[in-house]
Amino acid sequence: MPPLSQWMIRAAFIYLILGFTFGGLLLGHKGVPFHPALWAWLPAHIEFLLMGWIVQLTLGVAFWILPRFWQEPRRPKAGWAVASFVLLNVGIWLVVAGTTGQMGRWWLVAGRVAETTAVVFFARHAWTRLVSREGLA
Amino acid sequence: MPLLTRVYLKSAFIYLALSLALGLLQALPSPYAPAFLRVFTPVYFHLFLVGWVTQMIFGVIYWLFPIITREQPRGNERLAWATYILLNAGLLLRVVAEPLTSLQMGGAWSGWLLAFSALTQWLAAVLFVIISWPRVKDRFHGKAGKNAAT
Repeated sequence: MPPLSQWMIRAAFIYLILGFTFGGLLLGHKGVPFHPALWAWLPAHIEFLLMGWIVQLTLGVAFWILPRFWQEPRRPKAGWAVASFVLLNVGIWLVVAGTTGQMGRWWLVAGRVAETTAVVFFARHAWTRLVSREGLA
Repeated sequence: MPLLTRVYLKSAFIYLALSLALGLLQALPSPYAPAFLRVFTPVYFHLFLVGWVTQMIFGVIYWLFPIITREQPRGNERLAWATYILLNAGLLLRVVAEPLTSLQMGGAWSGWLLAFSALTQWLAAVLFVIISWPRVKDRFHGKAGKNAAT
């Protein structure tokens, strides 16, 4: 497993715990109310689990297992994937700041721009690796 | 494929079918779908995202991630089973307790049941990360380390 995949998967694990922690508190509060302000955490719960956990884990595993080239560099254009990792995580926190953090709509917009760019960058990296064993695109 | 993975994946397919069936019931027009089905919307989402997506991921990670040692390839097996039991017990408790709480039908105990289901699912996530973290690494190169394999 290459280092970038390790970083992405470990980050996804951290988001899994964050997302389940927020979700657990929300669910607990639904059963036994203890703080009404908890509902503001719902967007963070969703963001951490959908983008931080599921999307990031998927990209991390894809970087690891998609077909590699026979010659070095075996995972070409890896810089796009590294940029994707950084942008995705910046985007997640911008979205959380703009929603749960109530920093304003433009934080949310900036976060979504970062996340979209992250996915486009990753696709840019992965595109050349989506080939048959004979190298057919 | 290890037994736990097979159990995870079969459970995941059952949850997928259940969530889609619930979604189907909710989509029926009003004369056919009772109004109380509306309170099942969070259950529908979580049957899909926890029961299907997350459980599928847990099962596949347990199966395919690099092993730790030949003797204990996937770490502590009891903890792995505890993760499965906690996740599913928590999710099933939620399926029962959340609608009861929303409809104010279960009294105080349904609220506490819901809080307990939150705790068990959270514990499952923490246990899963604890047992999977050491497997996020380069592939297993044998006891003597990387040099022995090359």
